[in-house]
Amino acid sequence: MAVNYSAKEEADGHPAGAGPGGGAATGGGGAVKTRKPDNTAFKQQRLPAWQPILTAGTVLPAFFIIGLIFIPIGIGIFVTSNNIREYEIDYTGIEPSSPCNKCLNVSWDSTPPCTCTINFTLEHSFESNVFMYYGLSNFYQNHRRYVKSRDDSQLNGDNSSLLNPSKECEPYRTNEDKPIAPCGAIANSMFNDTLELYHVENDTRTAITLIKKGIAWWTDKNVKFRNPTGDGNNLTALFQGTTKPVNWPKPVYMLDSEPDNNGFINEDFIVWMRTAALPTFRKLYRLIERKSNLQPTLQAGKYSLDITYNYPVHSFDGRKRMILSTISWMGGKNPFLGIAYITVGSICFFLGVVLLIIHHKYGNRNTSADIPN
Amino acid sequence: MVVLIDGLLKFGQRKKIGIIPDCAGEEKRVGTRTVVVGHRPVSEADAYVAQKFCDNRIVSSKYTVWNFLPKNLFEQFRRIANFYFLIIFLVQVIVDTPTSPVTSGLPLFFVITVTAIKQGYEDWLRHRADNEVNKSNVFIIENAKQVQKESEKIKVGDIVEVKADETFPCDLIFLASSSTDGTCYVTTASLDGESNFKTHYAVRDTTVLCTDEAIDSLTATIECEQPQPDLYKFVGRIIMYRSNQEPVARSLGPENLLLKGATLKNTKKIYGVAVYTGMETKMALNYQGKSQKRSAVEKSINAFLIVYLCILLSKATVCTTLKYVWQSNPFNDEPWYNEKTKKERETFKVNGFVFHSVCSSVILSYICKWQGDFLHQGKVDFGPVEFVFTDKTGTLTENSMEFIECCIDGHKYKDCISEVDGYSQTDGPLKYYGKAEKSREELFLRALCLCHTVRIKQADQVDGLIGHPECKNTYISSSPDEIALVKGAEKYGFTFLGLENDFMKIRNQKNETEMYQLLHTLNFDPVRRRMSVIVRTTSGTLLLFCKGADSSIFPRVQQEEIQQTKVHVDRNAMDGYRTLCVAFKELTQKEYDRIDRQLNEAKMALQDREEKMAKVFEDTEADMHLIGATAVEDRLQEQSAETIEALHAAGMKVWVLTGDKMETAKSTCYACRLFQTSTELLELTARVVGESERKEDRLHELLMDYHKRLIQDVPKPRGSLKRSWTLSQDYGLIIDGSTLSLILNPSQDSSSSHYKNIFLQICLKCTAVLCCRMAPLQKAQIVRMVKNTKGSPITLSVGDGANDVSMILEAHVGIGIKGKEGRQAARNSDYAVPKFKHLRKLLLAHGHLYYVRIAHLVQYFFYKNLCFILPQFLYQFFCGFSQQPLYDAAYLTMYNICFTSLPILAYRAHVTTRCVFQVFGNWTFGTIVFTVLVFTVTLKLALDTRFWTWMNHFVIWGSLAFYVFFSFFWGGVIWPFLKQQRMYFVFAHMLTSVSTWLAIILLIFISLFPEILLIVLKSIKERSHQVRNKMKYCTVFLQRPLLLSTR
Repeated sequence: MAVNYSAKEEADGHPAGAGPGGGAATGGGGAVKTRKPDNTAFKQQRLPAWQPILTAGTVLPAFFIIGLIFIPIGIGIFVTSNNIREYEIDYTGIEPSSPCNKCLNVSWDSTPPCTCTINFTLEHSFESNVFMYYGLSNFYQNHRRYVKSRDDSQLNGDNSSLLNPSKECEPYRTNEDKPIAPCGAIANSMFNDTLELYHVENDTRTAITLIKKGIAWWTDKNVKFRNPTGDGNNLTALFQGTTKPVNWPKPVYMLDSEPDNNGFINEDFIVWMRTAALPTFRKLYRLIERKSNLQPTLQAGKYSLDITYNYPVHSFDGRKRMILSTISWMGGKNPFLGIAYITVGSICFFLGVVLLIIHHKYGNRNTSADIPN
Repeated sequence: MVVLIDGLLKFGQRKKIGIIPDCAGEEKRVGTRTVVVGHRPVSEADAYVAQKFCDNRIVSSKYTVWNFLPKNLFEQFRRIANFYFLIIFLVQVIVDTPTSPVTSGLPLFFVITVTAIKQGYEDWLRHRADNEVNKSNVFIIENAKQVQKESEKIKVGDIVEVKADETFPCDLIFLASSSTDGTCYVTTASLDGESNFKTHYAVRDTTVLCTDEAIDSLTATIECEQPQPDLYKFVGRIIMYRSNQEPVARSLGPENLLLKGATLKNTKKIYGVAVYTGMETKMALNYQGKSQKRSAVEKSINAFLIVYLCILLSKATVCTTLKYVWQSNPFNDEPWYNEKTKKERETFKVNGFVFHSVCSSVILSYICKWQGDFLHQGKVDFGPVEFVFTDKTGTLTENSMEFIECCIDGHKYKDCISEVDGYSQTDGPLKYYGKAEKSREELFLRALCLCHTVRIKQADQVDGLIGHPECKNTYISSSPDEIALVKGAEKYGFTFLGLENDFMKIRNQKNETEMYQLLHTLNFDPVRRRMSVIVRTTSGTLLLFCKGADSSIFPRVQQEEIQQTKVHVDRNAMDGYRTLCVAFKELTQKEYDRIDRQLNEAKMALQDREEKMAKVFEDTEADMHLIGATAVEDRLQEQSAETIEALHAAGMKVWVLTGDKMETAKSTCYACRLFQTSTELLELTARVVGESERKEDRLHELLMDYHKRLIQDVPKPRGSLKRSWTLSQDYGLIIDGSTLSLILNPSQDSSSSHYKNIFLQICLKCTAVLCCRMAPLQKAQIVRMVKNTKGSPITLSVGDGANDVSMILEAHVGIGIKGKEGRQAARNSDYAVPKFKHLRKLLLAHGHLYYVRIAHLVQYFFYKNLCFILPQFLYQFFCGFSQQPLYDAAYLTMYNICFTSLPILAYRAHVTTRCVFQVFGNWTFGTIVFTVLVFTVTLKLALDTRFWTWMNHFVIWGSLAFYVFFSFFWGGVIWPFLKQQRMYFVFAHMLTSVSTWLAIILLIFISLFPEILLIVLKSIKERSHQVRNKMKYCTVFLQRPLLLSTR
């Protein structure tokens, strides 16, 4: 036991720092002191230890179990994902044939706004609640300059920040010596196309009710985003002294008619303010609720999408899409995850089999070569 | 009259023998100091100007309350990493960078604070220890009275009284002691760890001054060298002035100097005059700046950091280039929704990614350092040791000597003087088995009794047992051989009774007490390899007895006497005994007077004392008569053979470096299985090379021959990891000191490097090398030679004696064995072990584990940080190379500090699954990636962990729990001090999505899958290895009894 020798040996031979004279030198730091590690379980590496032995015998069953768990999960996900209905339509209007081609080079303040209508057909009916997204491509919401260009305390209703926004908002901080509310590049570039969905049946267009509440995170709407506080509930007064973002047609307190969806707590605004991770992204626009159990939310058939085309994307080679999608317990359509699970599960299972064979082979040889002592 | 010598003297030239002092970088101290004893001005030397000496305050602390903060900060920022980090932090504060200054500022602050607190605490402890010493009470003789003072008030020149079991408060010249013979015993345990009592001598003329009054009457000055750190060296002289007499000068040596830190033992009290005080004492000088060896692992970590840094920099370069390419498209550079500020347009923006990269690299280096320090502790690694250099005596062997036999005039004596060994065994070429003359016998035994430096340790009561030698007095000596010899002589009837007032008392066979006046002792030194005493018998005859190694005695005795003894000596050496030859000569009074004069002159010399002494010794010890030889057995240490075998089996090469005779060393090597019976021995010794002038040619031939046999004839070079049981021929090399010096320093310098190279190649091919007859410096030379070969293998030296210190210091890893030859080796070593056998566990268990651990650590960090950066890097492709950080700053900061972690394939998964994440915000996305990262890395660590102690459980599961907790906490509150609330509820919201859960689990599993697979494959492979190993083991098992029986 090499580790145990020291206590006794040292006791008789080396009274380190015992004498008052030796004290000065021995007290002089680690180098002077005896460098013998303390005789503690930790320093002498004698802690009780559990040593798991990962042998083929213990790992192989794990392979099978993982395989057996992953494959059903994968299948489940895959089936669920396949049952999700999703429809996507690009309304940028790049192609000359597209109805929205005329609006391609629209600018922010064109009046009257350019509108266009795109007709499409749903092959299958959408049974459950439908989420309506807008999607943008080649839009770098994750650009560093863009991401930080906001003032969270202003959005949280802080009155001083309202009138004196953060420097991060530059160059969208002030306009004509008035502070911008909400300031920053993100807010300034808020998506402002209006999408309306109609069901076309026998040439009659029935508007489909689009619900605009409940699309933002609850915590965002109720905690993170708040309108400025002050006397009364008149938003116009509360936003007194500020100016609208440059690109906005209307000030922030006129985003919506309903007071609980106006100002900073406008859900479209909140959704936009959560910057996307990738340059191609989709954001929740509206909800379509299933009305009755008898009818699907969106039955198969012809539909038309009315677009108030305000948002210019052509200048940066971007695309705009409208997506309709049902959701399930696992979220939106996501075939990849299911496939991945199935693949990994299968590989596990397969490897388990292969290893079992190898193991069995070596195991046999092992016992035969064992030499008794 | 002061003898003016000051200007002439130059010190600091040390002859290199045995001990290499601790302070390598000590500056040469020039000049002498003059100390006036008791501050009493010497009669007419009024011109004496008081020299200024430092006071006796020991300051080991670094800081005071006032200078702590600036000095500590300065010290810390002098370290390159800290300074680097500070610069980065400042740059981040000034310039716009993607990461906030907090990212680098927080760890920096943390590190600095923790270090400062730690250093502050240590310094406080030092202050306390200093105070304890500086304020302790000492007694100073002033005006014939004892005055109690604080230790720090002692001035150079003060006469200090020290009582038994007290520690000397400063370096003192020993003036007088309570014992009349002017000796005292001290133990220097706290200085060099040697716990035995050493005898120190008072200056001869002052021994009588053993009261306060008497000592106060002394008028003297001491001239001595300026302080130097070598504990075992002191040169000076004392000049005593007596009324109406010429001043008397006496030389002072280390035996007159009592060192601060040593403790007085077995002596009631002593008086001494302070010569070195405070920070100038040898102890204080010794504890300054002991250089640390740099571990090879530390170096490799540094190399790894550089590689990592290069990767980062290249990454940054790629990103920057791509960024500008991407920005060349105007709508990418500045789309309408994301315009630059005026400032941004005007200024050339520093690419922040570089900084980010650098930051994380610095964080990393910190962690590496911490972990490294934590793991190191010993600061030296011994995992990858390739060469083990070991001393023989006291390391492989017990160094507990036993007198076995002796030979007098060629007659062998064993066990008892009366019984003469018949010696009828096969191979003895002895011709005379008779008994030597009685007078010769007695002469021999007297020589054994007299020619030594053994002291008798009395029982603790000073007055008790002196006159009763029957009582068990223990012999004390610096060399165990001497004790064995004295004990051996005792067995034959001659007992050494001790030394009293320069008279050595011996009780002879007739139980009479003989007295010999000890006139001079010519001490042993490793260069001469012998020692002598000059004594005067009661009848007035002057005798010189000399004992030493045969090689150093034989040339100095009458040649015709050698033959008979040589046979014995060689036989004994073959049997593995240590042999010593004893010689004597009678001196005439005239000769003695000359020698006495020369010796005194040499002793008095302040300059080149050693050389002069050596010269006198050389002259004195000549033309002697050989009396006989002794054989002393040195038993093998337990399990040293097993240890050597184990080291061999682990692929290490064991070299034995010893000062012993070749035959002795060889037999020891066989006994401890360094050489197997099957080992083919190659000899490069004086015997085979010969003594003739042609020895260089002969050596050349031999070298070429061996070289051919070992290197050219072997079809394919065998790896160094050959086990001893493989069928290939093992070679062992024996070389001795003279041949080695021939190889290393040949006379014709043309072929010098050539020889050396060939020799080295031969050495490296041999499984075992025995170097005998080595001087200490040659040992170091060999170590250095091996150390500097191609591939710079890690070397380890083991030794126990002062003669091993040089090689211990030279090797990468120095291991000292606390043996009987004192503690110098242990004191200079990196590790000290009590027995050679512990080396096995140290190297093969601890060393191996340590190495495995450090290798894992390095790999782990490399992996971990690479994986941390990779997703970040890839993300740049999706955010327009704008250096948008993927993770929140808090995570960035915490990653290396708290979340120990490591994903391998996270990035791959990240790319392939990006379509899934279209709906996520960028912070949610970052958090998902980060979660995967943390879990993968931590679980990977868990997979790598072989021994699960509660610490491991705590750290691994704790860090995961901490991550989750931290994420909730961080996202759960709107932090008023943050400008951006970007993480608000992100983590919690992320967990509400089932697909996120599924994706995270899948990604973690995919990332860990290869690792698991590897483990399984390994375990299968190991199983098949086990089969083979078992068979190997059986062959070894069968071989062993075979080997034992042949010996």
